[in-house]
Amino acid sequence: MNEHVTELREAIADIKGGVHQSIRHDSAHKHVTGEADYTDDVPTPVGTLHAYLGLSNCANGTIDTMDLSKVRSSLGVIDVLTAQDMPASNDISPTHLHDEPVLADGEVQFYGQPVFAVIAESRELARKAAQKAEITYDERPFAHSVDEARAANYPMVTKPLTLKRGDAPTALETATHRLQGRYEIGGQDHMYLEGHIALAIPGEDDDMLVYSSTQHPSEVQHMVGHVLGAPSAAVTVKVRRMGGGFGGKETQSNQFAAIAAVAARKHGVAVKIRPDRDDDMITTGKRHDFVVEYDVGYDAEGRIEAVQATFAARCGFSADLSGPVTDRALFHADNAYYYPNVLLQSEPIKTNTVSNTAFRGFGGPQGLIVAERIMEEVAYALGKDPLEVRRANFYDPVGAENARCVTPYHQTVTDNIIHTVVDELERDTDYQARRDAILAFNKTSPIIKKGIALTPVKFGISFTATWYNQAGALIHVYRDGSVHLNHGGTEMGQGLNTKVAQVVADVFQIDLARVSITATTTDKVPNTSATAASSGSDLNGMAAENAANQIKDRLIAFAANEYDTAPEAILFAGNEIQIGTKRIAFADLVDRAYMKRVHLSATGFYKTPDIHWDRDKGTGRPFYYFAYGAAVSEVSIDTLTGEYQVDQTDLLHDVGKSLNPAIDIGQVEGAFIQGMGWLTTEELWWDDTGRLRTHAPSTYKIPLASDRPIKFNTRLLQGSVNREKTIRRSKAVGEPPFMLAASVVEALSMAVASVADYKTCPKLDTPCTPERILMAVERMKPSA
Amino acid sequence: MVNRTTIRFLLNDQIVERSDVRATTTLLDYLRLERRLTGTKEGCNEGDCGACTVMVGRLGPDGLEYHSVNACIRFLGSLDGCHVVTIEHLRRDDGALHPVQQAMVDYHGSQCGFCTPGIVMSLYALWMAEPSPTDGEIETALQGNLCRCTGYEPIIRAAKAISSYGNTKDDPLVTERETVIAQLEAWKDEALVDVEANGPTGPERFFVPATPDQLADLLASHDGATVVAGATDVGLWVNKDHRAISPVIFIGGMNALQSITVTDNEVTVGAGVSYSRFVPVMKEHFPHMSELWWRIGGEQVRNMGTIGGNIANGSPIGDSPPGLISLGATLTLRSASGTRTLPLEDFFITYGKQDRRRDEFVETITIPCTKPGTLHAVYKISKRKDEDISAVCGAFSVSVSANMITEARITFGGMAGTPKRAQSVEEALINKPWSHETIEAARPAFEADYQPFNDWRGTSEYRLLSAKNLLTRFYLEHADTSHPVRLERAVAAA
Repeated sequence: MNEHVTELREAIADIKGGVHQSIRHDSAHKHVTGEADYTDDVPTPVGTLHAYLGLSNCANGTIDTMDLSKVRSSLGVIDVLTAQDMPASNDISPTHLHDEPVLADGEVQFYGQPVFAVIAESRELARKAAQKAEITYDERPFAHSVDEARAANYPMVTKPLTLKRGDAPTALETATHRLQGRYEIGGQDHMYLEGHIALAIPGEDDDMLVYSSTQHPSEVQHMVGHVLGAPSAAVTVKVRRMGGGFGGKETQSNQFAAIAAVAARKHGVAVKIRPDRDDDMITTGKRHDFVVEYDVGYDAEGRIEAVQATFAARCGFSADLSGPVTDRALFHADNAYYYPNVLLQSEPIKTNTVSNTAFRGFGGPQGLIVAERIMEEVAYALGKDPLEVRRANFYDPVGAENARCVTPYHQTVTDNIIHTVVDELERDTDYQARRDAILAFNKTSPIIKKGIALTPVKFGISFTATWYNQAGALIHVYRDGSVHLNHGGTEMGQGLNTKVAQVVADVFQIDLARVSITATTTDKVPNTSATAASSGSDLNGMAAENAANQIKDRLIAFAANEYDTAPEAILFAGNEIQIGTKRIAFADLVDRAYMKRVHLSATGFYKTPDIHWDRDKGTGRPFYYFAYGAAVSEVSIDTLTGEYQVDQTDLLHDVGKSLNPAIDIGQVEGAFIQGMGWLTTEELWWDDTGRLRTHAPSTYKIPLASDRPIKFNTRLLQGSVNREKTIRRSKAVGEPPFMLAASVVEALSMAVASVADYKTCPKLDTPCTPERILMAVERMKPSA
Repeated sequence: MVNRTTIRFLLNDQIVERSDVRATTTLLDYLRLERRLTGTKEGCNEGDCGACTVMVGRLGPDGLEYHSVNACIRFLGSLDGCHVVTIEHLRRDDGALHPVQQAMVDYHGSQCGFCTPGIVMSLYALWMAEPSPTDGEIETALQGNLCRCTGYEPIIRAAKAISSYGNTKDDPLVTERETVIAQLEAWKDEALVDVEANGPTGPERFFVPATPDQLADLLASHDGATVVAGATDVGLWVNKDHRAISPVIFIGGMNALQSITVTDNEVTVGAGVSYSRFVPVMKEHFPHMSELWWRIGGEQVRNMGTIGGNIANGSPIGDSPPGLISLGATLTLRSASGTRTLPLEDFFITYGKQDRRRDEFVETITIPCTKPGTLHAVYKISKRKDEDISAVCGAFSVSVSANMITEARITFGGMAGTPKRAQSVEEALINKPWSHETIEAARPAFEADYQPFNDWRGTSEYRLLSAKNLLTRFYLEHADTSHPVRLERAVAAA
């Protein structure tokens, strides 16, 4: 860009809705009026039938007899499908381990596993009929927890991972101090407000159109084709938006889509399936529960000398994504801390529970909170403020090139800003003075006790399945200057479509309103990755920018030729194109380009550079960059009942140069509250028969407005710029702030510890329900 | 008495009259499947998430009143004579957004948007009642609405800003109020509504009696009929347990069961009085129940659920029964053959069994007024503070005279198969000094009174320990006020 053009640029008004602006969600006006269509709101074709699942009531066994005659004869029933009715395959294992049937075939492996599907004239009739099955089982003992599975010598569902640097066993033997612990970490249901749903509409030949509430349309497409025996090219999967996903719709949509498609193919009519909330929660996977055993060596200052730990996860009956989830737990077992000697092992063990799956953070949170527990344990053992111990162990700051920047997976941390983040937050929240005040308060308050904690977050960005780090986009510019944008990412509330549209508006320098956001569909952009791993805007933003730039380059070449101007003297700004001294409206230039037969459509592509990962060796650079953040939470507990409240939380989070600060703040606030729910009131509870009993919001308690911190402040780190060449130097935001909620656990822990004058670190497993808090308080009391 | 075989109601600005209504058809299914009004969403189908929130207006004892309700557990048949207002009714002729909607957009109050119509409706109901709500009032209004994306903060900000976008007096529910009243008045006919329609398991029939006499006659002539007031429990029988409940008698609209009579000595409450309607009387006469009251269900459930229903359904936990039993409340049951009155605690026989004949209905609850010298408290412990079912609910009414305990009525829910008095604990207190030592000595008596169960709300051990600790809290709260003994949310409800 030459000087002349730069001067002109300054004279032109900004477009409305470019990058780095706080723009409202593109569908906000439709959300608030109820006009935003979700899959259940799509008008169904005449004659649409409805499918419903019949579930097992046995946690582990062989189907002995299955009498479905009363189901078949129930009013309005058209058909009943079992495993044998799957035309080409009954397997929907997303990692191709052939361990996940669409419908149980002979064996049932968890209580609530789908055994058959009823097809009926209405959803109500299908649901009623599904209750009428008479199935008997040859029952076997079951293992529903990690401990039970270990005792029964259950296998791993997938190959474990080992991360190793230095010599942890020897370093532990020679460590100045040493401690061991066991930490049980609860799972979490996604509790997206819109449950799973699929609507399959059969077409000619093998054609099948599936509306699915999914984060991974390409995988649903692949699975539907696989089960039907149809080529992927015949299957189209479409999703305009989801009512929340959080990872719960990365692989879990496959089953519903497959059943709807099989029934639609068989009967030649559209088929819809939507489980009731309870059945959604019973039949779909959740965040993995973990049991972690750790052995830690440290010096007198609290510096870690060695960490050895085993991360066992309740994976459920099949692998699903348990491999990469448990891998990511290990990748985050260091959080922001340098471990000179480290040996981490995953134990993805099979259990007779629903197969656990992706959930915001993808194992990372479970790894990270172990690091925080270790810091707390060391701090209590030495009588120090945990923040002091945390600081002593941070990776060295940006610019350092020594060993104290190397992770357990041998990637050097080159963008570390955790010191800056923590220093700023500590200062701005007056952490030290507030901690002193709390220590004083606890001395004089016998029943109500307070706690405060500051915890950091460092989170690695990129899919560890390296091939997933690619994306495509499709852009059409029409003669009237309107722009049709499509990309492979899915919208689940995170504002992805808004951000990607901002990028495109910015490239063309047109108002955001002129960019039409369209439903994600596999026939526009193929072979897409799941919208997951916080990668949505990083990947799809780049792909869309690439597509837009191709068209823009063609327009520049056209204009240069048409107006006999150097390409360098052509500038897109403020809905106009400056061509030398001439200005022309974007739509006019587009129309003229069309008349001169310029191609106004482009597909864009992007793949993340510089990343690689050798899982067998446990070395590589799995992450393109890291996102950072920190939180201070202050809590009060009632030592008579274990009830508590969060009095104040301050979040400071790094999103690089934000594409949309309003949306990013929303992600940070929402992630924190969701993380807080995971660690406090959200409890999965199985009974003696292996049956999950917390399977609806009446029994499974996610945070309410009145659970928010009473004072809740959220800020984005100012002046941060991603050191890598990401989309407009922003950083991914979906998952990293989820882990800011660790501050609540450690603040609760401090309040509990006050009962015994902070001499011991409370044993406080998660979720920290009022019961767990009260029982931890009881354990702190001197035994009678 | 004339019978009517249709129900009539207003849906937004349309008159609906229907004869082919099933007893178990919910308002939500009717809106979404029959009317294609898909702005109202199904999130949980059990009245716990609020995605299906709509407003229902009804000519009650105090005139036309609108309340937020959960459409998923509201049976269509119960809407006879009502005005149903859905999210679609907020649309302005000129396409502009309603002030509630505009505030939600401008403050980034939606992310995935699925809970949003329900949240807009809850905030709409709040705004119409209180145009400048406090944080606590907003939190209370949103207790029945789950949002999994935003963390609520932007929604709270939006709620506080609504009045800067418009004035409630310009709202259609105000400007068209007289028209609506006239229509609903015109429909008042004292008729017994009797509607039958085919359902998936055969014919379903429901009645909407206009008077208690009609109700008594119906119960006498239809053995096993299901009486439904707020449907906050029966809705789940149908939606979750697939129970057949026909014939059904809807009594939620019967004004004769909604009286509240206050004398010097007692308060008599009609069985159809909702939790919400009881609030002013509760605040004045039984202020110690206040904290519990705001933790029963969410706003929608408190608007629908009735005190009579809470008793008649015989829950082992109950939200109101422990407090009412400790106050010495009595219950009046009525049938075609007359009425009888019994102490509330005698009504609960064992788990799932109450002292109610199949032809009887709960008519009134009578609660003695509190007396000076008696200390009262009701405590609830639950995993989540609001909109959760109690792990333990404990109610204390203890009389102290000259520092001696003269009377003690202590009742717990969640500790046994029914709400149950702590007889041994009471005995350990009565005629003892009101002292720390007495309380300590009485704590073990809980083990004689209760052998609580383990479930997802709490272990037996936790229930027993926290029950003992609640006795300690009760003492400390009244005898030693030098330190805080309870958490108070600084933005707590109004």
